[in-house]
Amino acid sequence: MWLGLVVVLPLTALVLRPWEVGLSGIWSTLTEDRVLAALRLSFGVSLLAALTNIPLGLMTAWTLTRYEFPGRRVIDALVDLPFALPTAVAGIALTAIYGPTGVLGEPLAKLGIKAAYNPIGIYIALLFIGLPFVVRTVQPVLQDLDREVEEAAQTLGATNLQRFRLVVLPAVLPALVSGFSLAFARAVGEYGSVIFIAGNMPLKSEIAPLLIVIKLEQYDYAGAATVGLAMLLISFGALLAVNGLQLVLARRGRA
Amino acid sequence: MSIDEILNRRRLIATAAAVAVVPGWASAESGKSLTLLNVSYDPTRELYKDVNAAFAAYWKSRTGQTLTLNQSHGGSGKQARAVIDGLEADVVTLALAYDIDEIATRAKLLPANWQSRLRNNSAPYTSTIVFLVRKGNPKGIRDWGDLVKPGVQVITPNPKTSGGARWNYLAAYAWALKQPGGTPAKAEAYLSALFKNVPVLDTGARGSTTTFAERGLGDVLLAWENEAYLSLEEFGPKFDIVYPSLSILAEPTAALVDKNVQRHGTRVVATGYLNFLYSPLAQDLIGKHHFRPRDPKALAKYGAKFRKLPMVTIDGEFGGWRKAQAAHFADGGVFDRIYRR
Repeated sequence: MWLGLVVVLPLTALVLRPWEVGLSGIWSTLTEDRVLAALRLSFGVSLLAALTNIPLGLMTAWTLTRYEFPGRRVIDALVDLPFALPTAVAGIALTAIYGPTGVLGEPLAKLGIKAAYNPIGIYIALLFIGLPFVVRTVQPVLQDLDREVEEAAQTLGATNLQRFRLVVLPAVLPALVSGFSLAFARAVGEYGSVIFIAGNMPLKSEIAPLLIVIKLEQYDYAGAATVGLAMLLISFGALLAVNGLQLVLARRGRA
Repeated sequence: MSIDEILNRRRLIATAAAVAVVPGWASAESGKSLTLLNVSYDPTRELYKDVNAAFAAYWKSRTGQTLTLNQSHGGSGKQARAVIDGLEADVVTLALAYDIDEIATRAKLLPANWQSRLRNNSAPYTSTIVFLVRKGNPKGIRDWGDLVKPGVQVITPNPKTSGGARWNYLAAYAWALKQPGGTPAKAEAYLSALFKNVPVLDTGARGSTTTFAERGLGDVLLAWENEAYLSLEEFGPKFDIVYPSLSILAEPTAALVDKNVQRHGTRVVATGYLNFLYSPLAQDLIGKHHFRPRDPKALAKYGAKFRKLPMVTIDGEFGGWRKAQAAHFADGGVFDRIYRR
């Protein structure tokens, strides 16, 4: 019932709106160069960032659960910061750091790497906001993982790599996958932190959510809803595929 | 809707009811408090803060009513859309007439002839577009032609989302058109070259000012004259203002939102507010905040900083906003084309 009100109702509005302009209107919106470029950019960079967050998140979670070191609790709390920070603040902060006059931006620029106002900037922002999703889904699994199993593997002569590949990885894989899909979903819809660092050049660094806002600002409600619907369908498909993958993993885990 | 807004609405409804029963607005309402919402564009924050304080004092002395003036700021197009979608503005003061036209045609909240209801095309002040360059103008930027030179970085917001950016863009186009042998095709090629020199497209004028002034990006910022002076005030000696050989006469417009004031029972005070914008007191504040006042006295007082330069107008050069919007900024228009090249 609540799910219906909170989730289905707005989605229904989104699905119904584009039909005002008919099928041809929807098609001409979806085949605009700018729309295609924006969708490609949004999903491409989101995928890349979420994939990068898998090893980064796993390493962070591993460090936080397996090692005792001063400041561990502080770092543990810091991981949640991208959750709590208003995304616009994150965007402005990242731009200040990676911009051409920023602490990291300036040395990077000297190396010939432009880290802001292009897709690299978008990637950096999405990396930042996606990391806690992977850490927070993997961490409890690592905590619950029975150390004795690992120790048993060690006494049976497994190398570190074997221990990781054959004992730890299968246990955390489902959590990694769901962390990945959460980070990916969040990245696709992310607006606030990205627009400050993206540069927002049409066809180059203009993300799909920004294009929706631009279309709204031109009073093109149906066009905006069309892009929104396209994003919804692609995201839904991607998440469905990830869920399927998880099901397969879970079955294999039981067998 | 927030609690405050609900309470406000209740009070407004009660006020409206009282007015309906007792003839004579001011006598019925004296001593009670009133609320007015002015929905405006980005760079007028400081101006309306002062104007509102002055008007509240003036209204209190004249009618005895205590007035609460609320202001809302953002990109002009975004603000217009908020009003269309139900933001209960009593008056709108936006960057361009086109945005108020949209409120009139899409939501029918005010009549189509709104622009003839107040003096001077309903624009209590004007402004123009100038260049803000880094101190000493190291790249020697003097006019529009210098913006397309290789190695010059130009900062301007996205004309699709920013009212100010549309004025920038149209001023550039008009200049190119007026060059010897200028044609629409040549003007389009000029704009294409200009936007190749634009490294970032912010969504609003304030965003671009931040990019230029605080991020240190770009050699020249195309800016509202008032924003340029404000940057000089805030960042002091880091920048110079350059006046190009030709610019555009920007007329930010003000209007009463009829349907909303009717519901709120605020027609009298809202009309008073709009007329107040033309008063010597408000005109002086307008000049102080670097907008070009209409009032000759205020203009004379602040005139020294407003350099006289040839300016084209939207109606004269582009046949009005509606035509300019359709030709340049609508999907598939000139602005989309220059990015496809």
